Amino acid sequence: MLASLTEFVDELRTMGIPVSMVEVLDAASAIEHTDLTDSANLRATLGATMIKNSRHYPAFDAAFDVFFGLAGSIESDASGADGSLDPGGGAAGGSGDDDGLLDALVGALTQGRHDQLRRLISRAVTLYAGMQPGRPVGGRYYTYRVLRRIGTDELFAGLLAALVSPQPGREIDRRLREHEAESMVQAVRDELEREVTARLVADRGARQVAASRRLPLVEDIDLMHATKAEIAQVEQAIAPLARKLATRLAHRRKHGRSGRLDVRRTIRRSLGHGGVLLEPQFKPPRPSKPEIVVLCDLSGSMATFARFTMQLTYAIASELSKVRVFGFIDGLDDVTEYFGTDVDFADGLVAMSRQADLVRSDGHSDYGRSFEEMWERYSDSISPRTSVIITGDARNNYRTPGERYLERIVERSRATFWLNPEPRRYWDTGDSVMSLYGSRCDVVDQVRTLRQLEDFVERATLPTVRRPRLAS
Amino acid sequence: MTTHWATPKDVNAGLAEVGYLADARIAQVVFLAERLDKPILAEGPAGVGKTALALALAEATGRSLVRLQCYEGLDEAKALYEWDYHKQLLRLQADEGASWGELEGDIFSEPFLLERPLLAAIRSEEPVVLLIDEVDRVEVETEALLLEVLDAFQVTIPELGTIRAVTKPIVVLTSNNTRELSEALKRRCLYLHIPYPTIERERSILNTRVPELPAVLADKIARTVAAIRQIPLRKAPSVSETIDWARTLLALGIEDLDDAATADTLHVLLKYRTDIEKTAKDLSLDFFEDG
Repeated sequence: MLASLTEFVDELRTMGIPVSMVEVLDAASAIEHTDLTDSANLRATLGATMIKNSRHYPAFDAAFDVFFGLAGSIESDASGADGSLDPGGGAAGGSGDDDGLLDALVGALTQGRHDQLRRLISRAVTLYAGMQPGRPVGGRYYTYRVLRRIGTDELFAGLLAALVSPQPGREIDRRLREHEAESMVQAVRDELEREVTARLVADRGARQVAASRRLPLVEDIDLMHATKAEIAQVEQAIAPLARKLATRLAHRRKHGRSGRLDVRRTIRRSLGHGGVLLEPQFKPPRPSKPEIVVLCDLSGSMATFARFTMQLTYAIASELSKVRVFGFIDGLDDVTEYFGTDVDFADGLVAMSRQADLVRSDGHSDYGRSFEEMWERYSDSISPRTSVIITGDARNNYRTPGERYLERIVERSRATFWLNPEPRRYWDTGDSVMSLYGSRCDVVDQVRTLRQLEDFVERATLPTVRRPRLAS
Repeated sequence: MTTHWATPKDVNAGLAEVGYLADARIAQVVFLAERLDKPILAEGPAGVGKTALALALAEATGRSLVRLQCYEGLDEAKALYEWDYHKQLLRLQADEGASWGELEGDIFSEPFLLERPLLAAIRSEEPVVLLIDEVDRVEVETEALLLEVLDAFQVTIPELGTIRAVTKPIVVLTSNNTRELSEALKRRCLYLHIPYPTIERERSILNTRVPELPAVLADKIARTVAAIRQIPLRKAPSVSETIDWARTLLALGIEDLDDAATADTLHVLLKYRTDIEKTAKDLSLDFFEDG
């Protein structure tokens, strides 16, 4: 057990989950109090002692399945079970028995018979996946082959028909059935993936399979090329980060004596010298209410990333009251109203893309003109209490950079941050004018993953010394 | 120890007796926490029964509950202990003739100590359950206050020395995950993520908490809520809101959930206008015609 534990910990660390020495020791002593006959217990034990972040659970679960979760799930001999549950369809093994499998699956799912489902899936993998020992093919390929044979659409339709049919005037019943059918199809997918993984593990060993199935942690997902499912994960993780950024920006150094006299603490302190009021104590100054202005490049090349920054901004807006958002492509517009607290985020995005006035001529980014418009039209939204966050790749399509407008914006603000999703090595190549802009900002960072954003938030303290004002 | 569960199953049974339906994972973690003397850090969306777990643990073990509600600005004086300076002042004034040595030893002694929740839990003669609620609300710096208590069940007071726990408390920390807790804190705890319950578990919770509810309706409610949680909302319905919804339907005498009944009572379940509209649309309810 100890040997496989260390191997498992190795795998977790390779995936990027931080597991400390103390936590491994905890896990080892917790295993002594765990009933190992049920893998669910072991999963709970290892999860509770070693995984301290809910974001890491999907990756942990996947690795756990490979290492511990699959013992005994392979049913190489499923013929007995098949015969009894497959009344209408032909004998297993023939090529024309797809309908039999489909019906049997629908039956098992709607009656909630999990063991039956498992046997069926196991049978399906044997028949349709065409797995050959030693063949270096990933599990997804086999899963896909079986799914195609079963036909997910047919399965969905079959499930819909089998669930209780709705009465007129009961739209809600119909929607509920659809929701249920969807999650059942997902259950088939999950079970299938498990079965395939189990067989791969038997063939190649846990370590190798784990390596080929490794999921990127949420914080390492590349935001520029994220899939839909990955974006959903990222969006869930954003709220705590936004809150942290909000408090960071609100943070002010504590000055010794800038607050009002604190009578209670003064008297309390005086007791040290027998009640003589020697040291006056002061209340700490109230934290300032920070104002934030976000300038966001919304051009086509930034689409995925822009969605992410908007989500971040949306989350910040629910923490702070004074947030203004400006979107720009080759023109700039105030888009704050699309992201208020009483607007749904997705609806806001749609409304913004339809109504906001972001394009002046050809719809390619024009930073110079956007900064100019920002300064000419909205310079009153920036004050010495405002933190400005600019997100964009600084690819200006060889147009006039207009850096003097950015300079003025920076000068008037409390601090200006630039987040660029492009890798640093691409900065200043081609039409990127990152250095020209970056040298004028307080902080410039590459932010391409949540982890980098976290680092930025960690470091994004405001400049402690006020910038020297340039004479205008 | 007053109660010593032999297996996680006993934990489950014990909690079920006081009306808390744990699943296998929760039971296993609680069991480990007791065996290893480690605090439980329960994290998850609001209203899934994190605080209720601590309350149920106290009831099931017959221990009293000491609760520390966290908030921004919580400090040592409110979490650990404080010297009763009024009393100290009076003592000084009452005894003007006394020598300094006597006085000094006197005013920094037990009678002048005000116990706050953490110290109270440590010094309690009877074993207790210590609930540190919404720990994510305190600042990162304040978290450090908790470390000594969580690590060794002890509190150090400079004037008095170190006070060790007489009996080991069961400690439950809850967090709504509004910010990342520090590594140091997490390392000392067993981590328990409590997600929204499965349809089956939510149905059983409804049966336990609202026993008058007909089984058919409970099933329908659980399924509807599960479907609603699939929709991306600002605030998905919590278990406590599900229970509220069940009670509302019961009070209104609604025995079967049809479109109109759902649309009319959706506001019990969802607390944002945009969420209500979105849900009505997703479930194809004629919300506006009815309203």
